Amino acid sequence: MNWLEDIGLAVAHFIEEMGRIMVFFIETLLWLFRPPLYLRNIFKQMEEIGVNSVGVVIIMASFTGMVLALQSYTGFKRFNAESLVGTVVALSMTRELGPVLTGLIVAGRAGASMAAELGTMRVTEQIDALATMATNPIKYLAVPRVIAGFIMLPLLTIISNMLGIFGGYLVGVKVLDANPVVYMRRSFDYLEMNDVFSGLFKAAIFGLIIAVISCYKGFYAAGGAEGVGKATTGAVVISMMLILISDYFLTAILF
Amino acid sequence: MIQVINLYKAFGNKKVLAGVNLEIKKGESMVVIGGSGSGKSVLIKHIIGLLKPDKGSIIIAGKDMAKLKGGDVDNLRKKFGMLFQGAALFDSLSVWENVGFALKQHTMLSDKEIRAVAGEKLKMVGLAGIEDMMPVDLSGGMRKRVGLARAIAMDPEILLYDEPTTGLDPIMADVINDLIIEMREKLKVTSVAITHDMVSAYKIADRIAMLYEGKIVEVGTPDEIKHTKNPLVKQFITGSAVGPIKVG
Repeated sequence: MNWLEDIGLAVAHFIEEMGRIMVFFIETLLWLFRPPLYLRNIFKQMEEIGVNSVGVVIIMASFTGMVLALQSYTGFKRFNAESLVGTVVALSMTRELGPVLTGLIVAGRAGASMAAELGTMRVTEQIDALATMATNPIKYLAVPRVIAGFIMLPLLTIISNMLGIFGGYLVGVKVLDANPVVYMRRSFDYLEMNDVFSGLFKAAIFGLIIAVISCYKGFYAAGGAEGVGKATTGAVVISMMLILISDYFLTAILF
Repeated sequence: MIQVINLYKAFGNKKVLAGVNLEIKKGESMVVIGGSGSGKSVLIKHIIGLLKPDKGSIIIAGKDMAKLKGGDVDNLRKKFGMLFQGAALFDSLSVWENVGFALKQHTMLSDKEIRAVAGEKLKMVGLAGIEDMMPVDLSGGMRKRVGLARAIAMDPEILLYDEPTTGLDPIMADVINDLIIEMREKLKVTSVAITHDMVSAYKIADRIAMLYEGKIVEVGTPDEIKHTKNPLVKQFITGSAVGPIKVG
């Protein structure tokens, strides 16, 4: 019955880890509301997570919008609904693809670098050094990253949405010969503020998930270079899984 | 100044500290020696509250580090400076920002004033003029000395040294030894160092304590340690593979 034992152990480890992530999250929340606020760190992280991700987000979003226009055109032509391509692109981008793809890309880019940086700080005792200088490491390192993730993900998603719609427009008008005015009108006629806001709300939650998981993984890295590597992989994999899982439930419950 | 009383700590099934008792007097330089894995690092981490014991107390200036929480731990920690084995400098900050880190966090000094204090502390460790360098550009010995400058930035009463000479060439190791002695004489600090470098231990210690299997097996002045009859200590200080200490 060795395999039963293995499964049991794996489940126990998983539950234990989820519990520790929750404890870490609650600790971070508690420190969030206690002064001082490390503004300099927050801005630095906003740059790291947000500004430095703009390039990849631009490419990701414009090509997603472009391919979405091509694909929906192919499908919709079969029942003469080509005129709805703009609508589909706009709705898919704002409600779903904008926030989720931005979340996944930031998890891969900023989440990985966060976990690697904090993991290295852990194994080289820099996190201990912070504590010995009477500075709480969660307050100094994790809180700014969580705030930055929470703020920057919605902003990146706005860029994503705009470029996605623009990419769809380019393909619709230049490749598929749609009328520019009609395409634009179709894009925005059926788009409600709620579609945009629900997407941005999800993005903020994804930002929170990425920052909390990556910080947690970095903080608990152990065992030198190999440990930092594992922490980084773990941070990206868990963030991505949680983004996809929470995406379903957020969508189902709230909208 | 520091009293470690009946300290127990286990990680999982592994008992690391099994009833450590040690008293360090004010202004004294205590060196704890012991083999790798004997629990020296765990002991020093308990003294500054990075680890919580399973049982026992660490009394520092009348307060029990093991029982304090949150802000009280931080207040007590302001009495400390610690030099880490790998110096543990913050990679993202320049040398002067590293040295002045605690000042920035806990005082109202302006950046200009902090920089001036940092410059002064760097001069004390023989590294004047490197304020604007980044930690990655420093050699191992320089990193340790910057770490020492950072440890003394807040004029601590207690200095902890985690393997201060490990990984350095013999000459640089001696420079660090001299600095440790200088710190004690000039700043009148109480210091606790852990090491397995006996040359360093004899040079910097007022008293030496040996940790073995989670207990202090002998405490004495360097002279007493050199002439000890305890076979465990004898084997360790002469560096012999043969003797009562089991090599794992």
